[in-house]
Amino acid sequence: MSSVVTRESLVPAAKPEKPVVNDFSLQVATANGSGSQSSNSILMRTIHQMGIPVSGKNLFPSNIQGLPTWFTIRASKHGYIARRRDVQVLVCMNPETAHEDVRTVAPGAAVVYEESLKLNTLRNDLVFYPVPFSKLVLELCSDGKLRRLVVNMIYVGVLGWLLGLDPAEIAEATRKQFQGKAKAVDLNIGAIDGGWKWAAENLQKRDPYWLERMERTGEKIIIDGNAAAAIGCMFAGVTCVTWYPITPSSSLVESLIDYMKDHRIDPETGKATFAIVQAEDELAAVGMVLGSAWAGARAMTATSGPGISLMSEFVGLGYYAEIPAVIFDIQRVGPSTGLPTRTMQGDIVSTYFLSHGDKSHILLFPASMAECYSMAIEAFDLAEKIQTPVFVMSDLDLGMNNWVSDPFPYPEKPIDRGKVLDAAGIEERGGFARYRDVDGDGIPYRTLPGTKHPLAAYFTRGSGHTDRATYSERPEDYVAIMDRLARKHDTARSIVPKPEIFAAGGKAYIGIVAFGSSHYGVQEARDILRGKGMETDYLRLRSLPFGPEVFDFVNSHDRVYVVEQNRDGQMKSLLTMELGGESGRLRSILHYNGLPLDAQSVVEGIELGEVKL
Amino acid sequence: MSSVTEPKAPATNRLGLAVKEYGGLKSTLCIGCGHDVITKQITQAFYEMAVEPHRVAKLSGIGCSSKTTAYFVERGHGFNAVHGRMPAVGTGVMLANRTLLSIGVSGDGDTASIGAGQFVHLLRRNIPMIYVVENNGVYGLTKGQFSATADLGSKLKNGVINDLPAIDLCGLAIELGCSFVARSFSGDMKQLVNLLKAAIAHRGTSLLDVISPCVTFNNHDGSTKSYKWSKDHEEPIQEIGFVPYFEDVTVEQVPGETQEVEMHDGSKLRLKALRADYDPRDRRKAMDLLSDAREKQEFLTGLIYINEQTPDFLTQLNMIDEPLATLPESKTRPGREALDAIMKELA
Repeated sequence: MSSVVTRESLVPAAKPEKPVVNDFSLQVATANGSGSQSSNSILMRTIHQMGIPVSGKNLFPSNIQGLPTWFTIRASKHGYIARRRDVQVLVCMNPETAHEDVRTVAPGAAVVYEESLKLNTLRNDLVFYPVPFSKLVLELCSDGKLRRLVVNMIYVGVLGWLLGLDPAEIAEATRKQFQGKAKAVDLNIGAIDGGWKWAAENLQKRDPYWLERMERTGEKIIIDGNAAAAIGCMFAGVTCVTWYPITPSSSLVESLIDYMKDHRIDPETGKATFAIVQAEDELAAVGMVLGSAWAGARAMTATSGPGISLMSEFVGLGYYAEIPAVIFDIQRVGPSTGLPTRTMQGDIVSTYFLSHGDKSHILLFPASMAECYSMAIEAFDLAEKIQTPVFVMSDLDLGMNNWVSDPFPYPEKPIDRGKVLDAAGIEERGGFARYRDVDGDGIPYRTLPGTKHPLAAYFTRGSGHTDRATYSERPEDYVAIMDRLARKHDTARSIVPKPEIFAAGGKAYIGIVAFGSSHYGVQEARDILRGKGMETDYLRLRSLPFGPEVFDFVNSHDRVYVVEQNRDGQMKSLLTMELGGESGRLRSILHYNGLPLDAQSVVEGIELGEVKL
Repeated sequence: MSSVTEPKAPATNRLGLAVKEYGGLKSTLCIGCGHDVITKQITQAFYEMAVEPHRVAKLSGIGCSSKTTAYFVERGHGFNAVHGRMPAVGTGVMLANRTLLSIGVSGDGDTASIGAGQFVHLLRRNIPMIYVVENNGVYGLTKGQFSATADLGSKLKNGVINDLPAIDLCGLAIELGCSFVARSFSGDMKQLVNLLKAAIAHRGTSLLDVISPCVTFNNHDGSTKSYKWSKDHEEPIQEIGFVPYFEDVTVEQVPGETQEVEMHDGSKLRLKALRADYDPRDRRKAMDLLSDAREKQEFLTGLIYINEQTPDFLTQLNMIDEPLATLPESKTRPGREALDAIMKELA
């Protein structure tokens, strides 16, 4: 079908007289499992290929087929990639939600819909484009079984005409989406072109929204955070991966399996330089991580909140027995099962203090695809350097949505395996004591099982122990180990990733603290506030424990708004605990409805806070 | 049987190590505890098999039994994990370093109750490790509550009768595809040491369910895990002889009387059936034997099931021969061109 349509014959609608160019949000409402993900990816990729900064957010149900799902694409000539609250172009493919979808779009929005739904009577401040999708798909797809999927390609074509997409870029994006599989490419391009032609012949553009090619410098990639983290893990030299499937973390390990099969098979022997094991539950997954890391592997698992809860006991053992582990927490909405397919930064306090007794852990907060990659690498080095579990706190928004990114750089530093003594090292030192603070940084030396030296072995236990790893219930032995662990945590403060500070230039008395996926909403909000005459400084946390920069930042502002995606102000609580008397400067801006943070929520939070002043 | 008189055990093994070099710390268990007898046999088996001590990884969970890994092979690394979770730790250890010889020691609570979830998956995967259950039917460290292996009708010291059926660990193991399943008794040292040596020679999970009376909480009349009850009722299903791969002992064999099982490392297991023609290589017969024994309340010991052909988990993973733990960066970090290729695909 596509062979008869030339790209040149696809002419878009006439450009509007007063166009809104490259600055609007497009939402597609479909039913889950209808294949719309491919259509939406093609749309997003086409806009990207036209050089326009773009972001995509998939809002999907905890369901395989049938429940409503929405995909939002934001094009922004300014480069803003946070979620936008208002929708300017809506595509209604799901009768279940169509009425509600139409009611909630911004005034003046363009609405493309299945004509039999008769949505045009619902509001009179919108521009309606009825399209006979179900009739068109009969003409465009002869295979009855595929129509349910192909119908979604028709809206790509309609939008192409309506918004001025480049048809050559659509074709290229479609080829990319179906990885060159000729039959699938032809079928889908046929449906897209059919939609385009129908729109050109039957519709008249009456809305202002328009997309136009922009100049962009440098190569970009499109990737989700879980795949980015997987690439990081592979280049970190991970050797042992044990996991239990849970949304939204499963795709991290699934991507990793694919990458490892491609790049980590020993060319000489054809054998794997790694082990990946799907465990029976999260307890076993983290237990295997500790066992293998204790025996010397670079070991990791990936999970989400419920898995973190289950790992609690073992993580306490890892902390107390000082065993490296890398644990990815792709956070979703809790408590309990919560909203398993929505995003949240809700595991901050529970993870920082995971397990019983005194303890606090190292947490990293990636905010971009590049950081999902680089922090994966850094996490392994930190875990082995500090000999403790390290958590990479991603979330569903980062992990499962597609983002545009610069390509990742090759790691500059060699792998750092920390203080491990081999037989020669033990010989040189005349022995070793597993939990002795030889270097004054709180970090002891360890040996690996299998080390051929009569003094190499030691006994690891979760019960009280001396610095020689022997059993002890003596009060002074217990206190000595616990105090050294606190010193080790202090050492961590100076070697974990430092915060990134965005200063307004000495004029701001308002500070903002945020982390992870909140970054984009905050940056956009700062621009909006600046436009209104309010300057802000911004510190983006990249890790816990806090370093001195964080305290300096809070102390040098009159008011500091801590922006986070949870109800309880978890990061603010941690800051309050550590700041003591200075914590009166802190205020919370909280966003916890499961949707990614938008700039408006931050602007409103700060404006409200400043009025209350 | 044999007319050759066995030579006296030498003072050192073929590595030149004395038995005390396979020892560990002094036990802190109750005097007379069956577990200490098992520890002694483990020590003896490692010594006789001349296992290099530094290659041994000792694993355990929580409970009296789990403490015992500190009491043998002090020159091997030990890991006393959390309650019921030794299988996961052991799995991880073997993934990291396949050249180690792992032995896990657990109890009936640690294995059959809190640890049942991990235990069954260890068996299902056939992780190469020895798994000894020191089974006394009660929780010792918390002072004598019933465990899930206590027999129906068995009585506690305070008179409480167990009214739930016991979990038969050996039956469970065979059902789940475990490749080496044995039951023994801490009072039967000769059988136990030979089973342990065979377990060392086996590649795959070796489960040894060893009845080990708790002298403090479960050694009274009315208990079916007391020393006296066990001693009176133990019925070995075979006589077990073990010839390690490094010993060239020719034993005169009467055809039809003994079965010979060739082990993974070349050692030979010689079994003389005491129950009519029992063949531990027959899985169905093994299941029948155990269910009959349950019905008749028999205490059968010996090698119940063995399959030297079951591939172990590490073989199935097609892992490189060297330990993953010590692979150099050149093997674990792909080159710049690999990253470039991935970035190009994503562009």
